[in-house]
Amino acid sequence: MAKLPSPKDLLASRPDFPAESWLDTKPEFAPGSYCYPEKKETMELLHMPNPHDWDPSAEDWNLPDDWEKILCDAFADRLAKHRSLKLFMDICVRCGACADKCHFFLGTNDPKNMPVLRAELLRSLYRRDYTKLGKILGKKVGARGWDKNVVKELFYYAYQCTECRRCSLFCPYGIDTAEITAIVRELMHEVGLGTHWIMDPVKNCSFTGNHLGIKPHSFKEIVEMLADDCETVTGIRPKTPFNEKGHEILFITPSGDVFADPGIYTFMGYLLLFHELDLDYTLSTYASEGGNFGSFTTFNMAKKLNAKMYAEAERLGSKWILGGECGHMWRVVNQYMATYNGPSPSHMTVPKSPITGTVFKNAAATKMVHITEFTADLIRHGKLNLDPSRNDHIITTFHDSCNPARAMGLLEEPRYILKHVCNHFVEMPENTIREQTFCCGAGSGLNTEEIMELRMRSGMPRGNALRYVQQKYGVNHMACVCAIDRATLPPLANYWAPGVNVSGLHELVANALVMKGEPKRTMDLRQEDLPGVEDDAEGGEDQ
Amino acid sequence: MLESLLVVLLIAAVAWIGSCIGLTAVFGIVLPYVAVLVFIIGLVKRMIYWAKSPVPFAIPTTGGQERSLDFIPYAKLDCPSSKFGVFVRMVLEVCCFRSLFRNTQACTFENDPVNGGARVVYYSSKWLWFFSLLFHYCFLIVFLRHFRFFMEPVPSCIGIIEAVDGVLQIGAPRFFLTGGLLLCALLFLLARRIFDQRLRYISLANDYFPLFLLIGIVLSGICLRYFDKAEIAQVKIFIMGLTHFSPVISGLDLNGMFIVHLTLVCTLLIYFPYSKLVHMPGIFFSPTRNLPTNTREVRHVNPWNPPKQFFTYPEYEDTYRDAMAAAGLPLEKQPEKKPTE
Repeated sequence: MAKLPSPKDLLASRPDFPAESWLDTKPEFAPGSYCYPEKKETMELLHMPNPHDWDPSAEDWNLPDDWEKILCDAFADRLAKHRSLKLFMDICVRCGACADKCHFFLGTNDPKNMPVLRAELLRSLYRRDYTKLGKILGKKVGARGWDKNVVKELFYYAYQCTECRRCSLFCPYGIDTAEITAIVRELMHEVGLGTHWIMDPVKNCSFTGNHLGIKPHSFKEIVEMLADDCETVTGIRPKTPFNEKGHEILFITPSGDVFADPGIYTFMGYLLLFHELDLDYTLSTYASEGGNFGSFTTFNMAKKLNAKMYAEAERLGSKWILGGECGHMWRVVNQYMATYNGPSPSHMTVPKSPITGTVFKNAAATKMVHITEFTADLIRHGKLNLDPSRNDHIITTFHDSCNPARAMGLLEEPRYILKHVCNHFVEMPENTIREQTFCCGAGSGLNTEEIMELRMRSGMPRGNALRYVQQKYGVNHMACVCAIDRATLPPLANYWAPGVNVSGLHELVANALVMKGEPKRTMDLRQEDLPGVEDDAEGGEDQ
Repeated sequence: MLESLLVVLLIAAVAWIGSCIGLTAVFGIVLPYVAVLVFIIGLVKRMIYWAKSPVPFAIPTTGGQERSLDFIPYAKLDCPSSKFGVFVRMVLEVCCFRSLFRNTQACTFENDPVNGGARVVYYSSKWLWFFSLLFHYCFLIVFLRHFRFFMEPVPSCIGIIEAVDGVLQIGAPRFFLTGGLLLCALLFLLARRIFDQRLRYISLANDYFPLFLLIGIVLSGICLRYFDKAEIAQVKIFIMGLTHFSPVISGLDLNGMFIVHLTLVCTLLIYFPYSKLVHMPGIFFSPTRNLPTNTREVRHVNPWNPPKQFFTYPEYEDTYRDAMAAAGLPLEKQPEKKPTE
């Protein structure tokens, strides 16, 4: 990985707009600006169309011979399938309200990262083939035909969009760039263009049940190690039920949380919470992935990877599914799952908390409840014995993940929990949180190392807001409810606001959770001393 | 930009010349009928074209708290979970431009004392919202005022609109506020396209043309009322003829400016269904705004939902059975006992 410029240099190096029209500029595939291409074998294994070897920085991308026909046909097909696409191609007035809402644009100042121009890249092709004026006047009215450079451009900018939908909030017509980006990525896949960082997890998830390719026995082993760590910290070893039939609840969370620091501490938080509640639940090694990199690929791939959730709930006889902290997982679960793979298996019932009796009517069809909805309800009913002073060493802020914020409206539940498990909670500036939240800069499958500088740029608005509360209020911690965030925010914080730690919400919950019969806790889940522990120890020696 | 201006000027010039060389019947009778037909048929066709594609997924953009737990108040306007809520959200969107009202402007300061370095501040920016709203409402009122020419007797509500519109009581004929404000709003919208670097970069001829066209319509309209005055009585006879499908034009005293005004309006009608101006009906179709955010509560059906194809549990267990057995994981089918030697 190339050395990153300093934040100051990074901001100063944003170039001015080019002199020539956007129709005449071409993207430069400089190292660090693009993700590595997928492997041919991966695409073959997944039966993706036109698998081939190619290199984004090469002049020739080895597209199939009839690439133009494939793309034109695929575009026509998508227009026939998605009213949204037709509409978004037709109704944009280029008012520019979306321009500075995009974190990629703010971080790069590349005009084609303005959501309006990102869409215009596709709209220009639409104009030529689907509008009378475009047919007659061509370039004069922003219409152009397909050529190989246009394909490159579409690829380049479809992977400089994290499908965060911030622009769609501000657009007077609700034009959703995520929809356009998703469809452009589908089109690119028609001619065999995809990225390794997305397709490899898709392959893994297809054949092992999770993105990381953890096989069933290893998955069990890792989770048991985490349970051991829980025991080290709390003196209580939580149970770890796997693939067991007849439990009320099936719990599914992103596999990143069983594998990657700091997600593992969130996972330990789940185990401890469920153990404390004596929850009738099971984990599954088969449906061991909540996340869905298929949703960064094609709609059908998202459907395919998501199908395992209902299939496993049906096989295990679970009445409902509890879902862990994740961003794009909840975009899929909240807006697509029932459509893709519903109706839910017939034996499933409307989720009801076995602890409080609360019926989650808002999940009546999908039968899947977000863990923060579940936990907030527990706290509301006084079912958890919490000692927030254990988190007194942190002053935390909260990062709303794009998908729960703008595709679900999950804003208050995590805050409610956070306020009950932490005594010091500070919000970031109001235009950077809740429904206006900024992306971590690396969602939708862009959380890969090779584009680290790009990630720091696109993460600039988030990092900058974090720095503000760090400098002003001494914030030293950022909680989030997304597995990708837990992977991407630590380097972002390290770059823009060094000294801020990142964690999932349920790590903090478990730290504050006073469990039945537990010995006095001296460590947090990361096995670091709790505040006041040293003083106590010294006091003990004195006596 | 200049091309768009020239095209509008050219259309105006052709109409003027046409009126001078006795082609008033073409510009005054044929063109209006054609324009109205093109407008109606074009718009209907565009809406049918959109409606032909299904809405496979429910993708509302949630602009506030979801309806979940009883003790958490939810954002009824920005995250509506019922059809009525969606109706209110759409009304606010269409009548108040609610999304645009959220607009902010991001400013980056290189050396902020708090941040000890760069800081991005997001200022509320309501100018675009204000002038867009001003433009659309003034246009609506001006449009309604013109019903004086289309109806006999003139409905009393139009008189009221005119009275309010002319409340400043300046000049004779009385100056209508909306005409002036409409022009101001259009000039603002044009100016931001010209002077804002980002806007200039994204603007196409298709953006300038309707602006110049509308400015042309407004200027010619103002001219007809205050300067190169039209014979109102004659215009009314002419328009009533058109609306009653018994057009009369010969013998009427219609000035060139009137023909220019009429021709520009006809151009707008013809241009409308084939341009970005279809955002007017389009907003009602927008799936990020017109769907309730109850996607976990009510299943949305996709008419082209493909059959399920995925790596099933039996396939999974077949692949990993031995390892799963060794790890003590529950199995549907026990591994075959290997013959012991």
